[in-house]
Amino acid sequence: MAADIMTRGARGPAKPRQPAPPRRRSFLAENPSVLWFMLALGLFTAVVSVLSEAFGAGLLSTSLIKVLGMTLCLCLIAIAMDVVWGYCGILSLGHFAFFGLGGYAIGMWLMYARTEIVIRENLASGTIPPTETEVTEAVTAQIFGVVGSSELPLIWSFAYSLPFQLAMVVLMPGLLALIFGWLAFRSRVTGVYLSILTQAMTLALSLYLFQNDTGLRGNNGLSGLQNIPGFLDVPQSVISMWFFWASAFALGAGYLLFAWVVWGKFGSVIRAIRDNESRVRFLGYNVEGYKLFVFTLTAVASGLAGALYYPQAGIINPAEIAPIASIYLAVWVAIGGRGRLYGAVIGAASVSLLSSWLTGGGAPNIDLGFYRIIWTDWWLVLLGLGFVLVTLFFPKGIGGLFDYLVRKRP
Amino acid sequence: MSKTLLEVSGVSVTFDGFRAINNLSIQVAEPELRAVIGPNGAGKTTFMDIVTGKTRPDEGYVIWGERSVSLLEMSESQIARAGIGRKFQKPTIFEEQTVRENLAMALKNRRGPLPVLFWRPGAADHARITELAQEIGLSDRLEHRAGDLSHGQKQWLEIGMLLAQDPRLLLVDEPAAGMTPAERAHTTDLLKRAAQTRAVMVIEHDMEFIRRLDCKVTVLHEGAVLAEGSLDHVTQNQQVIDVYLGR
Repeated sequence: MAADIMTRGARGPAKPRQPAPPRRRSFLAENPSVLWFMLALGLFTAVVSVLSEAFGAGLLSTSLIKVLGMTLCLCLIAIAMDVVWGYCGILSLGHFAFFGLGGYAIGMWLMYARTEIVIRENLASGTIPPTETEVTEAVTAQIFGVVGSSELPLIWSFAYSLPFQLAMVVLMPGLLALIFGWLAFRSRVTGVYLSILTQAMTLALSLYLFQNDTGLRGNNGLSGLQNIPGFLDVPQSVISMWFFWASAFALGAGYLLFAWVVWGKFGSVIRAIRDNESRVRFLGYNVEGYKLFVFTLTAVASGLAGALYYPQAGIINPAEIAPIASIYLAVWVAIGGRGRLYGAVIGAASVSLLSSWLTGGGAPNIDLGFYRIIWTDWWLVLLGLGFVLVTLFFPKGIGGLFDYLVRKRP
Repeated sequence: MSKTLLEVSGVSVTFDGFRAINNLSIQVAEPELRAVIGPNGAGKTTFMDIVTGKTRPDEGYVIWGERSVSLLEMSESQIARAGIGRKFQKPTIFEEQTVRENLAMALKNRRGPLPVLFWRPGAADHARITELAQEIGLSDRLEHRAGDLSHGQKQWLEIGMLLAQDPRLLLVDEPAAGMTPAERAHTTDLLKRAAQTRAVMVIEHDMEFIRRLDCKVTVLHEGAVLAEGSLDHVTQNQQVIDVYLGR
């Protein structure tokens, strides 16, 4: 008799029921793709390590290791994008701004601390030991001479401190996302309008950083980031492997975290918000709070990815934050397959690696006799074509092909 | 003695010059079963929109509960948490998710992002879902995608989600649409049972369905209450006959 369910609500005595509740299954048992992903990532890391110059056979050049490590960071921001867009339905065209902020935050320390070490070595050869003011002035002149400034900008006040700048890696993207998201979501800006707003934020930030007055060296950006203070004697072949491992670890940890976040009821609620947010409100959920949570969490992950990416890239400048980068990010996730984390990884890895192969001169140009296909020019056409084809014929993206391999439950 | 749970008084709302609700006053007690009828455009759905916070009225009061809080200052989600559940005319469930996931989301539990992030279904939650699924006849469909259900089953699922919320006031918009006669009878039973402990307001067009509910009826016309009382009473009202039944 199910009849009395209404009258006693949830408070009455529980009666024994015939069907037993489903056996509680663990997170990994319900998400076999997480295990497969970890296995693949571990295997990839091991193979690269064995083939590396520093720790193995030396078949992979240091620059290639750096490209691979950077690709892992791009995969991390791609899964963050997948959570915010594919799961929660917020098409953010601003996550590369958070990525860039993470890069700038760590870049400030890298540049300042390295310059300080070099300056101290130079001044130490003098007869009189240098005062702290002299050191600071010399460092400032070294870093900001290029933009014609001799004063240390206020935002560099704690650039000497690694813990402070590491905190900034999290706080700068996190706070920007929190404030921006709070303003945007509470006004109930959604859909394409929100996308435009995020893009405007990205553009504004990029333009702001381009100014010399901002104190981040304008269009020169921060450079020499591949040199790690304290490890200046360590060859790049070794440092590249350290960053590669750190990136692989960050991607693995990020994947686990996000897979766990989108699992269970939280994942259920954010997917429901994506599909019909007003209905979720009538269930009693504060939709804006959820969006803000997801937006900020993914922004912080993007910032961390950026902080690992730019020491491998060696340089960061405001062009990196230009809106086009965030649009590429959306394209990667769409090609890889929204709403599945491994899809985002596949999309980001394949498209960005293909891009650097074709535009980096790795791919041979094709001479058709009457016309020469130069990949650096044609790559964008190819990408656009690929995007259109995937959207038309594989709306679930490359990752959707796995559905054919693994038949889902009926 | 039952006491007033919801008091709507002097509420008006205008859309682009059209007065959808015109000085409307309705009181609902707890427990009570109430049917709301009226021709198209009488303001039935707008009334629900106002109570659930979707639409803000231009004037008037909407007062809720023992502590007489105003619903007009609350957001949709706050109103839902205060104990007002709503079933939409068109079944609105989350089609991409399973029946179980739909029900679990509606279960009366904490709604904040962090508690939800760490929430795992306990034995009581499983039992409640099983119980609800039995009630709405979807026991063997729990792990199925909600989008694959038939229209009637979707209606049932939404009713189940409403019950899972354990609200004090249920606003039900045309629950019997697209149901077979047997399903309608089941729905009537369910609503009547619910109304033993809660306030239930049903918007319906089907007179036979209203007759079976056997409750107080409010007739809306042009955004205001035209008549109120038993079904027999209102159907004998000349004005009601003119604007509604006579057509």
